[in-house]
Amino acid sequence: MRNTRSLLALVAFSVVPSLLAAQTYPSGSDPRSGLKSGRLDGGEVAKNMRLVSFSQKPAQFDSARGLTFINSDLAFGGNYVYQGNFAGFTIWDISNPVTPKIVSVVSCITSQGDPSVIGNLLFISAEGGGNRNDCAKGGVQDPKDHMAGVRIYDVSDPKAPRLVKNVQTCKGSHTHTIVPHPKDKGIVYIYISGSGAARPDSEVAGCKSGTDPADESNSLYRLDVIKVPLANPEKAEVVTGARIFTGLDAAPRAASRPARGGGGGRGGAPGAPAVPAPAPTGPRNCHDVTAYPAMKLLAGACGSYGLLVDISNPEKPKRIAEKADTNFSLWHTAVFSNDGSKVVFSDEWGGGTSPMCQANSMMEMGGNTILSIDPKSKAYTQHAYYKIPSVQTAQENCVSHNGGLIPVPGRDVLVQGWYQGGVSVMEFTDPDHPTELAYFDRGSIDPLPGADIPVAAAAGGGGGRGARGTIGGSWGAYWWNGLIYSSELDRGFDILEMLPSDKLSANELAAAKLVRMTDYNPQSQPHLTWPAAFPVIRSYLDQLVRDNGMATARTSAVDQALTAAEQQTGRARRDALNALAKQVDRDVAGAKDAARVKAMASEIRRLAAASR
Amino acid sequence: MSGMDMRGHIMIPEGAIYTVADVEFMQGMIAHHAQAIHMSRMAEERRANARVLRLAVKIDQSQVAEIRIMQDWLRGYGQVAPDTSSWRTMTMPGMLTPEQLKTLDGASGVAFDRAFLNLMIQHHEGALQMVNDLFAAPRAGQEVDVGVFANDVVVVQTAEIGLMRQMLAQLPGN
Repeated sequence: MRNTRSLLALVAFSVVPSLLAAQTYPSGSDPRSGLKSGRLDGGEVAKNMRLVSFSQKPAQFDSARGLTFINSDLAFGGNYVYQGNFAGFTIWDISNPVTPKIVSVVSCITSQGDPSVIGNLLFISAEGGGNRNDCAKGGVQDPKDHMAGVRIYDVSDPKAPRLVKNVQTCKGSHTHTIVPHPKDKGIVYIYISGSGAARPDSEVAGCKSGTDPADESNSLYRLDVIKVPLANPEKAEVVTGARIFTGLDAAPRAASRPARGGGGGRGGAPGAPAVPAPAPTGPRNCHDVTAYPAMKLLAGACGSYGLLVDISNPEKPKRIAEKADTNFSLWHTAVFSNDGSKVVFSDEWGGGTSPMCQANSMMEMGGNTILSIDPKSKAYTQHAYYKIPSVQTAQENCVSHNGGLIPVPGRDVLVQGWYQGGVSVMEFTDPDHPTELAYFDRGSIDPLPGADIPVAAAAGGGGGRGARGTIGGSWGAYWWNGLIYSSELDRGFDILEMLPSDKLSANELAAAKLVRMTDYNPQSQPHLTWPAAFPVIRSYLDQLVRDNGMATARTSAVDQALTAAEQQTGRARRDALNALAKQVDRDVAGAKDAARVKAMASEIRRLAAASR
Repeated sequence: MSGMDMRGHIMIPEGAIYTVADVEFMQGMIAHHAQAIHMSRMAEERRANARVLRLAVKIDQSQVAEIRIMQDWLRGYGQVAPDTSSWRTMTMPGMLTPEQLKTLDGASGVAFDRAFLNLMIQHHEGALQMVNDLFAAPRAGQEVDVGVFANDVVVVQTAEIGLMRQMLAQLPGN
């Protein structure tokens, strides 16, 4: 098995010699490999994190029939976590993360149910062909009942969410992304990503599926935008479509192919009747887009491309860079580094339902890749690939999926779900050498081959509990005010806590916990800022010690000076910190990691200014 | 009742969210995928050029997993699930004729790479046609698994067609 994998890696090198393979993959001796299977009694293993609580799915959704009742993504607001489901959503009260409580469960057939929350409004993505305006099951009998777009709920009373409006869009909404109005706090835009073809004009007026990207009436090859007046959500409407895919047909025809209408074509003899020109094969939709409003940027994960889009004017998004990589199967989702200089893109090879983390699975597919953004030209440069380093089984659907940053000062750290590959924390500070810092994983939901299947389960067919083919694992995992929340498709809802380790110190975690937010929609990335505090300074110090970024004698001296300053108050503390900052300024020149020493000096000054 | 009646007609229980077209799509796509896997393994055996080989391995690994998803789906609803030999007896849009298979089998070197890419493009375009036919059928594609899977087929295979056209353009002699 190892040999097969190595051979593939060699082939990869011959194709893309400029890219670094940062890790050697995969390891069958990883503790995640060989865990006992079981839905609620499977083996569990964690490194540098611990499970705080696990809550089972609410009874309404606790039924395995393929994807019909799976949980999807998460959104966060105050003490509530909003968990989407293909058949509705759940609101959790996480005031006590040890015992999360279900506040309400809304049953409403809505694949795939990705949520976002702004104030009292909850937005839910609807794409599936069986979603109805009235939420009921049973499928769409009359096309006029079909709901594909964004459902808007009023959740001012979280015990009783109220459906305010179904906003219909031409391609439905696989995912969506909130983009605030640059000035007016009363308005948000919702960017709609849909993976399907356009709906017929008879279902939604003005919709059209076409193959010509230049056709202005074509609903494909454009990003749809909904405008929502927050005080009057019933007035939400589609305002525009942005043609951000123009010119992206990545498929130049073979030079020998005859010109359009010139006869021939595939298998055709000269003089044979003309064949229609092939449809363009560039992206016609994004799968998911991540906005970074503070940087006025949007990273689009759009099928065969990763895009960079300027959203200074949210009604007129403009593409400014793009990257294609034939090693990527489906550009799926994106996360910016906090400084906006890098983007992690994931590849959802196998659509999330396939086991793509097996020993022989291709290494560059189904994982992450890191792109850097040129500060001037904004061009993308591709760096390393990253995939979790454990061998998963054929029973575990596994591929990189959704996640968000953990706010560690001075480092780029991402937590993400890998379906049944578990939850994994990756550092990408150095885009050429991403590494794993922590993980949590369970064994497969279904029994492994050879394991006995109870007769009753086998007789019940593949659709019921106990059968094989269950799709599960972490849809997305996110840091929210100090803990990690993970949406488990089949099992329920996990809350995890990071633990200090040699790779991530207690100070760095304490600094991360200082970042508090009032709401969080991962696809609309917040700019992270830290309060002036000792753990923030000590984060930089720990990093300088860990990577020998500054002479040991000096890091010890800074450590002692910080301890002394911490024991002082008011003006004395301020003077001590200002004096320390001056000393650290002098360390910059001779330090191996001068930038980090400089950042530490600046944090010391910030805390001095805050001490009075 | 689900499954097949004595004449081989697909039977759907009353009130089911899926349709005969959904079942036929899943059954047909198993055969369709199985032939793509057969073609991909020919490329793996013949040491096709590195890029073609990578694509072949990708198609092989992706579509093996997808066949399992389709089989699980069909069995879950009590429907007949074809196996990976079904490509020899079922004919779906874009599938290679025995003559085309023979041509591919007899080719080597750059000629093999070219034939493989041309025929796989034809094969993938057939898969896109199958999805179009599915969604054109009344009430089809509403069952969540079928809808999600069919959309995935379009996204992935459209991108692969683009990639294959690029590879064709870059083969020696073009």
